Amino acid sequence: MSQTFAIGIGGAAGQGVATPGDIFALIFSRRGLHLNAYNAYQSIIRGGHTFLTIRTGVDPVESMGDGIDLLIPLNQDTMDRHLRLLTAGGACIYNADLIKPGAAADGVQLCPLPVSTMADITRNKVAQNTLAMGAALSMMGVGFHVLEGVLAAQFGKKGEAVIKENVDLARTGYEYATANFKPFERPLPMTDKRYAVLSGNAALAMGGAAAGCKFYCAYPMSPSTGVLHWMASHGRKAGIMVRQVEDEIGVINMAIGAAHGGVRSMCATSGGGFALMTEGLGLSAMAEIPVVAINCMRAGPSTGVPTKTEQGDLWQALGAAFGDFPRVIAAPLDIGDCFTLMPEVFNITDKFQCPGIVLCDLLLSEGRLSVEPELLNFNPPIDRGELITSNGDAHEEYLRYKITESGISPRAIPGIPGFTHVVSSDEHEENGVLISDEYTNHAKRRAMMEKRMRKMAGIEASVPAPVLEGPADADVTLIGWGSTDGTIREARAQLAEQGISTNQLQIRWLVPLHGDAILNILGKAKHTIIVENNYSGQFARYLRSETSFVADGHIRKYDGEPFMPHHIVEAVREQLAGTTTISVPTHEVMV
Amino acid sequence: MATINITAPKPMVMADLKGKVDPDWCPGCGDFGVLAAVQKALVELQIPNHQVATVSGIGCSSNFPGFINTYGMHTLHGRSLPVASGLKLANHELTVLVTGGDGDGFGIGCGHFVHAMRRNINLNYFVLDNQIYGLTTGQTSPTSRIGMKTKSNPYGNMDTPVNPITLALSAGATFVGRGFSGDQKHLTELIKQAIQHKGFSFLDIFSPCVTYNKENTFQWFRPRVKKLEDNAEYDATNWIAAMEKATVWGDEIPIGKFYERTDLPSLEETEPVLDAGPLIGRDLHIPPDVAKKFVEELM
Repeated sequence: MSQTFAIGIGGAAGQGVATPGDIFALIFSRRGLHLNAYNAYQSIIRGGHTFLTIRTGVDPVESMGDGIDLLIPLNQDTMDRHLRLLTAGGACIYNADLIKPGAAADGVQLCPLPVSTMADITRNKVAQNTLAMGAALSMMGVGFHVLEGVLAAQFGKKGEAVIKENVDLARTGYEYATANFKPFERPLPMTDKRYAVLSGNAALAMGGAAAGCKFYCAYPMSPSTGVLHWMASHGRKAGIMVRQVEDEIGVINMAIGAAHGGVRSMCATSGGGFALMTEGLGLSAMAEIPVVAINCMRAGPSTGVPTKTEQGDLWQALGAAFGDFPRVIAAPLDIGDCFTLMPEVFNITDKFQCPGIVLCDLLLSEGRLSVEPELLNFNPPIDRGELITSNGDAHEEYLRYKITESGISPRAIPGIPGFTHVVSSDEHEENGVLISDEYTNHAKRRAMMEKRMRKMAGIEASVPAPVLEGPADADVTLIGWGSTDGTIREARAQLAEQGISTNQLQIRWLVPLHGDAILNILGKAKHTIIVENNYSGQFARYLRSETSFVADGHIRKYDGEPFMPHHIVEAVREQLAGTTTISVPTHEVMV
Repeated sequence: MATINITAPKPMVMADLKGKVDPDWCPGCGDFGVLAAVQKALVELQIPNHQVATVSGIGCSSNFPGFINTYGMHTLHGRSLPVASGLKLANHELTVLVTGGDGDGFGIGCGHFVHAMRRNINLNYFVLDNQIYGLTTGQTSPTSRIGMKTKSNPYGNMDTPVNPITLALSAGATFVGRGFSGDQKHLTELIKQAIQHKGFSFLDIFSPCVTYNKENTFQWFRPRVKKLEDNAEYDATNWIAAMEKATVWGDEIPIGKFYERTDLPSLEETEPVLDAGPLIGRDLHIPPDVAKKFVEELM
């Protein structure tokens, strides 16, 4: 297994957990290290408990891992909650004036900082944070100049005085640790690589921008708001119109209006907002106007737990809007995939003139990951499908909903001479005239239903079937979808070390599912276990409904926190031992 | 099928604006008059029909786009304004007309109504107000008077009606007027002014329902409506005066232009993203130097 180093920083909201987190992330990425960060927090602006885990290593870091090597508690509460996470070789750096250490495990180094003798704490309320950062970097074997450079970048906008104050504080902490604390056994490695570090929300927004999205609108809702923030701060540079709208009903309809106008258009929300959007998704399907809606899932139902993750909206997405219609649903596998998936979804929804739903979740949306900068390709293939954008030569009467074998009817955008037509949420005939009112006609209704639904075959052919990763003859096949990808892979590495061979079937495209290909893979599997972040096994039920396949076991988690690798390892072991077929791991980190 | 000749530009006439099907409104419905007035206004302004989009919600009057030959969109109940806003922002060279009823606009769509006016997008919103739900066969609407008996309130409506004019004035609409389907000439002129106004134009148009509203009929309105234009002292740039006039209701019901301000630029004029022209027709790829900066800021 590759070597990683994890830092946990905790405190009350408003105590400044984010800044040291950003600084560590920048230092790691500038040292050519990969990183994965996850912030556990609550729906509170000041107070409560926030716990940020940043894990770094030379190789890609696929999950937040199982433990931490360094704890920086900014208050007593954090010390009390998390000291026990440290094992031999770990260390805890804390403000000795305010925080009393608890009982640490053998081999854990307690590193008290006499903060009041090191800084003027009456003037700088977050002095302890900067001192601790300095101390930590000394113990990690990172040269001070690196921190100096990053602090200058971090506080650049606040002016020279602030930079100097922070650099001096960090140096005090650094020198104190050098003199008083034992360095970590392995210094932080360094490579000549450079990575980009971004959140899933930024990746979704950038992926949309790369796909040629020119209209973005949203209503703020955790954990999707980061998409709006990226779009709002970058839209003008990218030529993207960004609008904050009165509610998610307005959002989806405005996005559809813009899409009807001829631009690529998208929006993001979370479960509650997505619920409001569903009628609009039906309009997109019926009027055959492509639109992309992102649902960054959080723990539901209702307001639920706004700051906690879940994969609980699969059936909501499958059933979003009444009636039958073609749709696309995809779940990004990691933060990098949040970027790469967007152009793919846009191309398919454009080509097949239907709604596209992206099921992301808080773990990816608000987590941060290092990626190769080349992955952020702003020149991806763009296929807008059969779109009429100029009048060309004289033509036959234009039929917006022309019945074709593929089900796709060439789409003329408003403003072109000779193509005036009406699109409608009502059922219509080929020329757009309603058949829902005076002229209801069952033969035309049937023909139009079949025309639209024929698009599903083309959509399925455009999307690759999932593939099995790992040895074909493995003892256990782990099946996941979306964001659990990295954690399952890391659990598999741990299981391999314990002599249990596994492979993995990770689902990225939920609709179309490619049920036959999945059955073909799972038919050969020895012991199948479905891993998902929800209560009822939403994917297991969906897979069963589409393929009749029933897995041997299930690992589910619905406490609001994501899986840690060891949760899956322990669950697989207990299921192989025959103890249970449904494991619900307990989250040990009290956040 | 007929071949359409699109090469010879010629003045637009009423026949060019005739929809693919004839209106299926009840004989005598007020909506016929509004449709004719909109068509006349477009002909008089000579706006080519391919540069016009008519967007509606759901309801009798929302069938409007099907009966006029422009680009049209028949959206969801109450959602015409957000759809029209998105369409206008995607291609602001289009003239966008939004049509619908009082239930669609002031009931289910009231939230969007307020916010669309606040944004001052250059939309033209015409509410065909008949003070009743027609397509669902006669229930109380947000503009039904207190005491009015309908199928949903057989003992009489108990809710205070919405005053669309004061609502529009307080939400920041930059052109507010009221028309009457029974006065074609006046209505056509009002619609023309609304279309020519740069910003959000709202017209509440009395369009009597001949089937379900036996109170607010053509005969009831005709002696009551008084044109603001006939009052030489009325100043339509005075917001307070407009609010006062908007509360007049009874033996006298003012129609005409209540209010217009021209000093406030429309959203399209103030949004820098549109400085380079409409969103449609842009290169979809982000310029490489811009994209490079987006990635570099993550490093």
